[in-house]
Amino acid sequence: MERREFGITVVSPAAFVLALFVLWELVCRVFNVPLTILPAPSDVFAAMWQYRAPIADNSFVTLWTTLAGFLIATVFGLVLGIAVGWHRAIYAGIYPVLIGFNSIPKVAVVPVLILWFGLGEIPAVLTAFLISFFPIVVNVATGLATTEPELEDVLRALGASKLDVMKKVGIPRSLPYFFGSLKVAITLAFVGAVVSETVGSNKGIGKLMLDAQAAFQVPIVFAGLLVLAVLGIALYAATAAIETRFTGWAFRGQANR
Amino acid sequence: MPESFVEIESVDLAYDKESGNAIEDVSLAIREHEFIAMVGPSGCGKSTFMKLCSGLLPPSKGTVVVNGRPVSGPLKIVGMAFQNSTLLPWRTTLQNVLLPLEIVEPYRSSFKQKRAEYEARASALLKSVGLEGFEQKFPWELSGGMQQRTSICRALIHEPEILLLDEPFGALDAFTREELWCALRDLQAERNVTVMLVTHDLREAVFLADTVYVMSSRPGRIVRRCEVGIPRPRDLEVSYTQQFQDVVHELRQLIGGQH
Repeated sequence: MERREFGITVVSPAAFVLALFVLWELVCRVFNVPLTILPAPSDVFAAMWQYRAPIADNSFVTLWTTLAGFLIATVFGLVLGIAVGWHRAIYAGIYPVLIGFNSIPKVAVVPVLILWFGLGEIPAVLTAFLISFFPIVVNVATGLATTEPELEDVLRALGASKLDVMKKVGIPRSLPYFFGSLKVAITLAFVGAVVSETVGSNKGIGKLMLDAQAAFQVPIVFAGLLVLAVLGIALYAATAAIETRFTGWAFRGQANR
Repeated sequence: MPESFVEIESVDLAYDKESGNAIEDVSLAIREHEFIAMVGPSGCGKSTFMKLCSGLLPPSKGTVVVNGRPVSGPLKIVGMAFQNSTLLPWRTTLQNVLLPLEIVEPYRSSFKQKRAEYEARASALLKSVGLEGFEQKFPWELSGGMQQRTSICRALIHEPEILLLDEPFGALDAFTREELWCALRDLQAERNVTVMLVTHDLREAVFLADTVYVMSSRPGRIVRRCEVGIPRPRDLEVSYTQQFQDVVHELRQLIGGQH
């Protein structure tokens, strides 16, 4: 990597994060903010270290429920997206239902899921899935719908079936849309899992934070928030890396400087 | 005159009832290996005409007969290229040219076994339009002219009997366009394919075609059939002769419009 490049992509975000923490610390110290309102970063990191075992334990649960929900959403979203993009009748039939479903706040669904599946990881997985499949469906369908008509003509004139057109053009063409939507979906899945844990669960970061809050252990609550932020960034970065790996051609402007 | 290869008889085509006919009462006959050009004002249904010949659209009235058989669905003996090259950005130049072979029989079923042979054929075709060494480049690494060359190669790889070109050089600069005229001229001479070229460029039509058809504005009708009496293949120099200019001038007057 070039030095200038390194400066922009590594040093700059690190410096920004550091500055944010320093500012936070200063505000807490100067105004003497009580620990129960806003703990300083030093208190938060201390709590994180002290309770590292339960934090790691619960992070792991949140992580795997998120990933499980995300995987189901990916498969389901891809299949439904292709179905919706395949034919206008399917599109017209499914779309209103999809939008209606997507408008329901998922917090409201969690109690129902707990009623059906009991406390535990399953409601978290399902909430993560339910909240994150929508952008995948919409993006895949959009990718398919925006196939150039001339290109379709070229193939159809050769006697290509609808399936051929999908396989040769539609699906490869919608891959950048698909991977783009994965970045959105992974963060949503994460939110879904944590929301479900907060509403009712016996494990996970959400549950840990809820318990800490009840016990006025505010530094632990903030430690939980920090862990969530870091996990969120990591998951996003992983999906973004997969995206560039598979659809490099769509990023030609950046890849071929 | 030898028997006609494509015969279009009193064809009307309307996309839907309200909008009326896009083309109306079009009749023409094309010989095998003939190079025809369609010119006319914007929106005169030239592209509709192409879809008709390729079997993508059925006529509302009249008949289209190709090679003795009425056209009722997509014709596999057709290759098409458009103004924008419609190459697939995730495929290399070579893979783009190979695309039709993955779809049209008999190539389709033998594609996996004979891949090397087909790749060699695609390379040879690319070489014949001056794209040797660009096989592994992606379309977006090529210039506009190169993309069009590739697009024409893709239209020819399955050895179609009719090549349909819809303003293939419309987006290129004047010099590149002239270069590609010559490339197309040579390809046609070499492969003896029947070509239908839709264009806005009268010089292009007169330079390349045996016969130029002039269409009126919507609904498109053929108002004139004009045989270009200059022997083919023609050299670019021809386009500066008086005879050439006269033909272009005559066609221009037929198209009319406000000045």
